[in-house]
Amino acid sequence: MSDIEQIPVTMTVNGKKVQRFVEARTLLIHFLREELNLTGPHIGCETSHCGACTVEMNGMSVKSCTLFAVQANAAELTTIEGMANADGTLSALQEGFRQMHGLQCGFCTPGMITRAHRLLQENPNPTEDEIRMGISGNLCRCTGYQNIVKAIQYAAAKLNGTEFQEAAE
Amino acid sequence: MIPGVFTYHRPSSVAEAVAILANHGDEARPLSGGHSLIPMMKLRMAAPEHLVDLGGIAALKGISEDGDTITIGAMTTQHELIGSDLLSAKLPIIRETALMIADPQIRYVGTLGGNVANGDPGNDMPALMQCLDASYVLTGPDGDRQVAARAFYEAAYFTALAPEEILTSIRIPVPAAGHGYAYEKLKRKVGDYATAAAAIVLTMNGGTVGMCSVALTNVADTPLFASEAGDILTGSTLDAATVKRAVAAAEAITQPASDGRGPAEYRTKMAGVMVERALARAAERARS
Amino acid sequence: MNDMTPTREQREAALEGMGCKRKRVEDIRFTQGKGNYVDDVKLPGMLFGDFVRSPYAHAKVTKIDATEALKLPGVIAVLTAEDLKGVNLAWMPTLAGDVQMVLADGKVLYQNQEVAFVVAEDRYIADDAIQLVEVEYEELPVLVDPFKSMDADAPVLRPDLEGKTEGAHGPRKHHNHIFTWEVGDKDETARAFKDADVTIKEMISYHRTHPSPLETCQCIASMDKITGELTVWGTFQAPHVIRTVASLLSTIPEHKIHVIAPDIGGGFGNKVGAYPGYICAIVASIVTGVPIKWVEDRMENLSTTSFARDYHMTAEIAAKNDGTVTGLKVHVLADHGGFDACADPSKWPAGFFNIVTGSYDFPTAHLEVDGVYTNKAPGGVAYRCSFRVTEAAYCIERGMDILAQKLGMDPADLRIKNFVKPEQFPYQSALGWEYDSGDYHTAMHKAMDTIGYRELRAEQKAKQEAFRRGETREIMGIGVSFFTEIVGAGPSKNCDILGVAMFDSAEIRVHPTGSVISRMGTKSQGQGHETTWAQIIATEIGIPAADIMVEEGNTDTAPYGLGTYGSRSTPVAGAAIALASRKIRNKAQMIAAHMLEVSEYDLEWDVDGFQVKGNPQARKSMKEIAWAAYHAPPPGMEPGLEAVSYYDPPNMTFPFGAYFCVMDIDVDTGVAKTRRFYALDDCGTRINPMIIEGQVHGGLTEAFAIAMGQEIRYDEIGNVLGASFMDFFIPTAVETPHWETDHTVTPSPHHPIGAKGVGESPNVGGVPAFSNAVNDAFQFLGSTHIQMPHDAWRLWQAAKDLGAHG
Repeated sequence: MSDIEQIPVTMTVNGKKVQRFVEARTLLIHFLREELNLTGPHIGCETSHCGACTVEMNGMSVKSCTLFAVQANAAELTTIEGMANADGTLSALQEGFRQMHGLQCGFCTPGMITRAHRLLQENPNPTEDEIRMGISGNLCRCTGYQNIVKAIQYAAAKLNGTEFQEAAE
Repeated sequence: MIPGVFTYHRPSSVAEAVAILANHGDEARPLSGGHSLIPMMKLRMAAPEHLVDLGGIAALKGISEDGDTITIGAMTTQHELIGSDLLSAKLPIIRETALMIADPQIRYVGTLGGNVANGDPGNDMPALMQCLDASYVLTGPDGDRQVAARAFYEAAYFTALAPEEILTSIRIPVPAAGHGYAYEKLKRKVGDYATAAAAIVLTMNGGTVGMCSVALTNVADTPLFASEAGDILTGSTLDAATVKRAVAAAEAITQPASDGRGPAEYRTKMAGVMVERALARAAERARS
Repeated sequence: MNDMTPTREQREAALEGMGCKRKRVEDIRFTQGKGNYVDDVKLPGMLFGDFVRSPYAHAKVTKIDATEALKLPGVIAVLTAEDLKGVNLAWMPTLAGDVQMVLADGKVLYQNQEVAFVVAEDRYIADDAIQLVEVEYEELPVLVDPFKSMDADAPVLRPDLEGKTEGAHGPRKHHNHIFTWEVGDKDETARAFKDADVTIKEMISYHRTHPSPLETCQCIASMDKITGELTVWGTFQAPHVIRTVASLLSTIPEHKIHVIAPDIGGGFGNKVGAYPGYICAIVASIVTGVPIKWVEDRMENLSTTSFARDYHMTAEIAAKNDGTVTGLKVHVLADHGGFDACADPSKWPAGFFNIVTGSYDFPTAHLEVDGVYTNKAPGGVAYRCSFRVTEAAYCIERGMDILAQKLGMDPADLRIKNFVKPEQFPYQSALGWEYDSGDYHTAMHKAMDTIGYRELRAEQKAKQEAFRRGETREIMGIGVSFFTEIVGAGPSKNCDILGVAMFDSAEIRVHPTGSVISRMGTKSQGQGHETTWAQIIATEIGIPAADIMVEEGNTDTAPYGLGTYGSRSTPVAGAAIALASRKIRNKAQMIAAHMLEVSEYDLEWDVDGFQVKGNPQARKSMKEIAWAAYHAPPPGMEPGLEAVSYYDPPNMTFPFGAYFCVMDIDVDTGVAKTRRFYALDDCGTRINPMIIEGQVHGGLTEAFAIAMGQEIRYDEIGNVLGASFMDFFIPTAVETPHWETDHTVTPSPHHPIGAKGVGESPNVGGVPAFSNAVNDAFQFLGSTHIQMPHDAWRLWQAAKDLGAHG
């Protein structure tokens, strides 16, 4: 075993308090996936371009491949595993992605939904352009984004209690 | 892509941070947002033995106004710059520029201090700070000193910042009310560095330019303050011939690299186009 | 009937069968982060493998010293080619009949080539150890330009082939030559050109790019030394092929190899081949007896596993003055990199590039492809297209535009004039294919009417005049693309992979309570097979899709199949599913006849069961029949209700489409903006319109990226440039255009349900639509052809060269 210094970290992840020892260089994404078995956030590019590793930290969307776990010490984190409604049903966003066919291979989806969640927290009624800007830190190779935009519009309408109007093609 | 081993420090005061840096010299690096440094560490192109996380120093955050100067703490994030009512009112070009940096996630953690301090010629804020004639407050073992943004950058990743110093805040003189401004950035996609970008702040008196400041991003190994271009435009009516001369003056100081964004010749020309377009937008926004 | 009895329409809707926009069953887990991808799999005692790679593009490897690396705590082993030689795996066969080094054997042929494989306790230690392996190189002259590969003094890249004048595909004429592939009638074509009124000739390059799915290639190999069984989890588009290859290479009997492809984060052709990472993980697991995980990083992915394209196509068309085409001649210089690891059916060194006559009735044609080696990564995969079909479609669609320009004809009109006519199907092409069905005229006219083609041309003319008068700095282009794809590989008469015929398979089991499990030889990487396969079965056997479980990717349970790529799943496995379903329905009919005490010929199928002809009240639902199959089958009949079908298609399928792109280009920056993109697809019978639309959106986005900037570039000493998502152009939601989709339906006559496949059409048709729009915009300034990719600086350069900057 290596003798690299282990640093204690404590954080709240999806509502649960966790305590672990980590190397200083342990990246947050590896901490979540390997230590906590939260394999929803994914690793796509490792250079902070694709957003597959996006998680929510202290009310911000962050790319967990470019943060050290020690930087998240004492933080509140939410991953895709914590996004469903309290009763276990799909959240408005999760439902919107399914209804609007906003995913295909599913690899970008956790990061995309987690990012969209924060976007709707800050802007509950975004325009199409605002949605496209808002998810521009998340790459998708499958969908061409059009149905992701619709999925987020669907969720916004549902959360606002308004009727979702699918734009005419 | 895994970073090498390092020792992590999380000081709670600037003095403590400076002491750690002074203790370890070249082997220590401050960590702010980390979105430039951490990828470099993952590629093992940077391997600091000591990393000094500035995230725990509350004094490095915040935006305040003192007379004609706005002071921004180095650890203030792009996201916070975008959301600041004070900046939107007094220095709206900062919001416009910050919105063109990286992407939403990175703007939550990327800081103004990190952006201006690390000397990456691709960063957008350094040229803007030169355009605004900002100064950087550098704090070292011997206390604070101020260096003008226009004098700070020496070469790519080489700046006036000493290894034991931390850039703690940015001081920006507030431009005249009613000034015009624009940051024009040509990039291949969201998240890319500029192929070329231009920052312009100007004032208009009637149809005449009162003052005009021009700076350029990513068309040399440092940001470029285009003083000659600004001088040419000052006092002019922005007639086509003068604008053409100013654009030529701006292009003349560029020395871009050829890379995936295009050959040097193209990037020089794009610097000119960005100046021309920024100028048009800034003039339109200026209140006479 | 009482009010409670569902109507026929209600019963049909309850099935959620073919033609409905069924929501995907996969999404329940994917939207909650509960997908199970390879890197999510963790096994007790698992170690991690990672590569030491070459910084040089061409060099001798004179020494590898792992002493320091092995001293690092947590490092278990460092494998080199010498170690692999002990198990005869220093080299491996490629799908294209070449051999490829697994680890550098004396030399390296491209930058980032695998040199040594480090095995450590975790990925952090493995990365540390990589830094400590000392490798000495002796640099060799680098060959980057394929046009110089066959120069007399070109460096010898493959000393292992020295003196070999015969390759896998015929004679080799130079030490860097791989094959020449010739199709068509050379003399007849020469005559057509001699007699032509008009000819055009253009060298059309399709640059090197990469499929880059969001999940990279990865695997876990786990050898159980006690039982002698090897289990491999991996990102495999074709798990059964991997099992067969692993057995042939390792000599482990095939029944003792278990290959599992769990959820896959996109493939696009990247995950068809076998890579050194898989081999090294397997060997390391055999050596250590514990599971080994290998996960590529993004740089490794972009710079080593499977590039696509790199075809340099000289196209010539002969025509009459009225625009009728009379002959086509194409020569391709194909850059295969250091090894020929092209993922094509084995007998097809240039894939189905002989679809290059496209949608047009060429009376004669001749094609020659020369494959050459360079100091670049191997690959040549079909990145979201059938084998080399996107290259072919790009070649002919650019060629037709260039011909239209020379003739002064409208490019849409020229295409219509030369279309294969509906009455000509099945149509024999000059280069050897039999097109199954098509109605090109209807599709083209519908597309032109919908987008207002003539009006757009009028607007373009006005804008050109305004540009000439100096009133605007923007030029407008209209890209026309009418493609014919060839998918569904394939018939055993044409297609095999390492000798295994390219059939596909389905196994369907109806349980006593009337629910179903079904398994196929295909493997979804996002196409939604768990949803759509169930829809086919639902319609065919009248059991609701919701009661049908679809499972793929486990070679122990799925019937043998050749996997998912080249839009082959629907044409091949889709047919197997329909035929297996029909076997079940046939047996069900006999059971129903017994239950109703009538002859089976007195029964007719009605949505979800059988009824007596003329007496619809006398009926048995499939659910009742399923129970009877296990409870009281007719005397003499085997109990149970299940079927297997292996489908060897009689022909390929030929989807087609009409795509139009409207683009505005700022000549001062070279920035191009797609104003409109309209895609009309005809993929025959439509199984799930929602999923088809999703596939089209995704394929168009990839086409947009490829045409407008996505490129793997090398400098003159073979350094791969921009192998990260900073430089490699993957558009975000902001750059991506809005897509308009449309369709016509011309079923395939030879496919059991008439479906043709769609996943790759948008890439095949999309790339020429974008490129033609760019080229069309510049035409009035005197341009004939501008090479892709059309990123901003290159368009600015084009404008400058054409004098548009004054």
